[in-house]
Amino acid sequence: MGLLSFAIWTPIAFGCMLLLMGREEDVKAVRWLALIGALAGLAVTLPLYTGFEVGTAAMQFVEKAPWIGRFNVFYHLGVDGLSFWFVPLTAFITVIVVIASWQNITERVNQYMGAFLILSGLMIGVFSALDGLLFYVFFEATLIPMYLIIGIWGGPNKIYAAFKFFLYTLLGSLLTLIAIIYLYIQSGGSFDIQAWHQLPLSSTAQTLVFFAFFAAFAVKVPMWPVHTWLPDVHVEAPTGGSAVLAAIMLKLGAYGFLRFSMPIAPDAAREWAWLIIGLSLTAVIYVGLVAMVQKDMKKLVAYSSVAHMGFVTLGFFIFNDLGVSGGIVQMIAHGFVSGAMFLCIGVLYDRVHSREIAAYGGVVNTMPKFGAFALLFFMANCGLPGTAGFVGEWMVILAAVKFNFWTGLAAATALIWGAAYSLWMFKRVYLGAPGNANVRALKDINGREFLVLGLLAVATLYMGIYPKPFTDVMDASVAQLLQHVAQSKLH
Amino acid sequence: MIDNISWLAVYPEIVLLVMGCVIALVDLGVASSRRTATYVLTVLTLGVVAALEALYATSGNTFYGWGNMVVSDAMGNWLKCFAALAMIATLVYGRPYAADRDMLRGGELFTLAIFATLGMFVMISANNFLVIYLGLELLTLSSYALVALRRDHEASVEAAMKYFVLGAMASGFLLYGMSMLYGATGSLDIGEVFKAINAGQIRHQVLVFGLVFIVAGLAFKMGAVPFHMWIPDVYHGAPTAVTLIIGGAPKLAAFAVTIRLLVDGLLPLAIDWQQMLAVLAIGSLFVGNVMGVMQSNLKRMLAYSTISHMGFMLLGLMSGVVNGQVDAATAGNAYSSAMFYVVTYVLTALPAFGVIVLLAREGFESEEIDDFAGLNQRSPLYAGVMAVCLFSLAGIPPLVGFYAKLSVLQALVASGSGFNIALAVYAVIMSLIGAFYYLRVVKVMYFDQPLTASTVAAPMDVRMVLTFNGALVLVLGLLPGGLMALCTDAIVRALAS
Repeated sequence: MGLLSFAIWTPIAFGCMLLLMGREEDVKAVRWLALIGALAGLAVTLPLYTGFEVGTAAMQFVEKAPWIGRFNVFYHLGVDGLSFWFVPLTAFITVIVVIASWQNITERVNQYMGAFLILSGLMIGVFSALDGLLFYVFFEATLIPMYLIIGIWGGPNKIYAAFKFFLYTLLGSLLTLIAIIYLYIQSGGSFDIQAWHQLPLSSTAQTLVFFAFFAAFAVKVPMWPVHTWLPDVHVEAPTGGSAVLAAIMLKLGAYGFLRFSMPIAPDAAREWAWLIIGLSLTAVIYVGLVAMVQKDMKKLVAYSSVAHMGFVTLGFFIFNDLGVSGGIVQMIAHGFVSGAMFLCIGVLYDRVHSREIAAYGGVVNTMPKFGAFALLFFMANCGLPGTAGFVGEWMVILAAVKFNFWTGLAAATALIWGAAYSLWMFKRVYLGAPGNANVRALKDINGREFLVLGLLAVATLYMGIYPKPFTDVMDASVAQLLQHVAQSKLH
Repeated sequence: MIDNISWLAVYPEIVLLVMGCVIALVDLGVASSRRTATYVLTVLTLGVVAALEALYATSGNTFYGWGNMVVSDAMGNWLKCFAALAMIATLVYGRPYAADRDMLRGGELFTLAIFATLGMFVMISANNFLVIYLGLELLTLSSYALVALRRDHEASVEAAMKYFVLGAMASGFLLYGMSMLYGATGSLDIGEVFKAINAGQIRHQVLVFGLVFIVAGLAFKMGAVPFHMWIPDVYHGAPTAVTLIIGGAPKLAAFAVTIRLLVDGLLPLAIDWQQMLAVLAIGSLFVGNVMGVMQSNLKRMLAYSTISHMGFMLLGLMSGVVNGQVDAATAGNAYSSAMFYVVTYVLTALPAFGVIVLLAREGFESEEIDDFAGLNQRSPLYAGVMAVCLFSLAGIPPLVGFYAKLSVLQALVASGSGFNIALAVYAVIMSLIGAFYYLRVVKVMYFDQPLTASTVAAPMDVRMVLTFNGALVLVLGLLPGGLMALCTDAIVRALAS
């Protein structure tokens, strides 16, 4: 067992332990065990950081063992600069979610915590799998805990949302499965992703493979116009579910573009880049505008997620290192910021039981500490310099301007929309005189909530002020990826 | 005259036959209404037979007995081993239910189960048309009687009637097709038939005529569309414990017979039966998945799901031959994927029916999907087992059902024909529709509020076997390599001989 295996299986083992605990078990014990599991999961990812060798594009911490002999499938793990950051990020968000759900989940706590821990391990598996089938298994397996999380602990319309989530993403993934099988056969019986990168494919084959992968990843990101499941799911999901969904799960799709679509079908990727860029810009501009008119806080943040993820795909498909790195940085930053935004909404929802913007007003008067945190995250969400949100957006816009001035200009308008909907919502919810009796009765955040938001605030500021550790790690891998994509597979 | 009797080939069958009679006799002296002695004896017999078959299978010899009437090869041995194990699980799950409904009064359940198993064994090891037919009739006659076990229960009797009439018709089809082939080739021996057809002296029309009837008969027995009409009614009408019996192990026998007849005997006609199987598969996938969505009764839903799974399995079977060219590697790949599919299907369907049986309290058939409301709050363990099985049937990794679908899809795509790739895409879209109804049951169990607060109690043996069976679905999902290798090996050796 290597480090990555520990990172994957530690939370899953704790999750299974939680599931096996009976209902008569003390809720307190369940919570503590979940926290220990999440912390252990985070602890085992830390040696990855110290051991990671910067400046090489090679896969690191590689583990390889035969898994399914008949199909030549390997339990093959490894991380490079493209995937490295998502391993600790996932473990970190899991700790946050466990602490944030400490008191507001009272029903079937062991199953709730167990589902999150298992989900955490599975997502780390997605980011570290180097075998196509292993990737697919992890990618799909995440559906089961998420489906249950939405369906059991969600809001009034949870069942509709759970089905929509499951079936939308399953449809995308099934088409991807065909592509994976096709590549397996084309490569003469190998599921090795890195071998697939070298596979010569005809123009037609590349186009088909590209779109088969696109089906899964675009739905997961989600890109406009297949994003409609996201707002529904966010509105219904419990706070922890929304946070994990926005912070990590959406990244699985974006990561798929980097690991599969671009290197395996580089010619198709370049040929169809205009389409992705067009869809991304639509997401950035149109969905940004849609976000502005939302009345529900969660919906607003959900649409804002779609817009922000548009930046990520935009960055990837303009094919220069600044754009790709910017996209990855944006993924990490969005993980912190959107996770924090959903947790903020959760804090308010726990107290007032409403997500309507109109139900609030002047919250900062009664919850000054909370208001300060919220302001920071709102600022990060609209890309204020000095926060994590700024770095990625700035890199992508810069890259877009280099690529084509008008594309850059269009992308840059997102900063305006982002500022508009973020600040307007902030004004309506937090500023002014207390809007009603509910708000006047609010109590400020307790120590536990302070800890959760504080951790995320530190991460957001750290990444905004000193992003070098984040970008350094990915430089070599991004350069290699772009070099690879620049070479045509058609001869 | 029969030369080369080779008793070794039929030891397990002899054990079953003798013990079937012994159990029937012993049962006369058993007074308890739960028939514990008979039950233990039956399970022990099946256990011994399963062990015996596993021993044969691992020794890896292929040999013929009874003047080539029966064959003992790795494929058959493993299928018989699994069938016996499946029957054990079936009886463990079904006994409390049967006892509650006074179905154990005469102990016929166990004797009939043994004879049904014997029928399957004969079918699986048959190397001769007539032996196949004998085995098939032994199995189906036992099943008719089992379905009618609750004489006073109207639905059961009606189901038994339907089953009998349609089953007899199917047997007629099969027999008619066999007689056509006998007329054309002059032999009932599968190997001889193969040689005669391969020699190419026989008029194609005659062969295809016989083939059509054989495929129709097999499709009837398997429940493939358009010969599926009896499946939902019989699954629904039969006492749930009996639904378990007919919905589980016999699938393995049906698979074996299909391989023996179509591959061992009629491979030279592959290009003809391939098309028929493709049509059956397309229809089964459509009807099974689309009709399944409309069901509110869980047993009917699982019946339609069976139809769709048989369709998927047929896809694996039909992809072994490309453009009439027989290639050992492609064929082995395709047939082993089908075998893996059917084995894992039985493994997964059993606990699903097992939970239904478990939930059926006395006088209350818990078979509407809504009866499962909030099961997770009442009994997390059983809800968990059921959820694992349903996700597996839907083909979601990391459960074993995913690898079954994967291996069939892989066989389809690997065959390289454009039509097969289109079929793979079609199958994938159909399974998405299927996923909807499995998810709906999970939804009812996990998201809905329970109607009663009572927890589900189960005897120790049921709880253990059910948990083990459910865990196996998950564990084989994490480590499917062994079972896959076993299927490949069995098929490769069966084809080589």
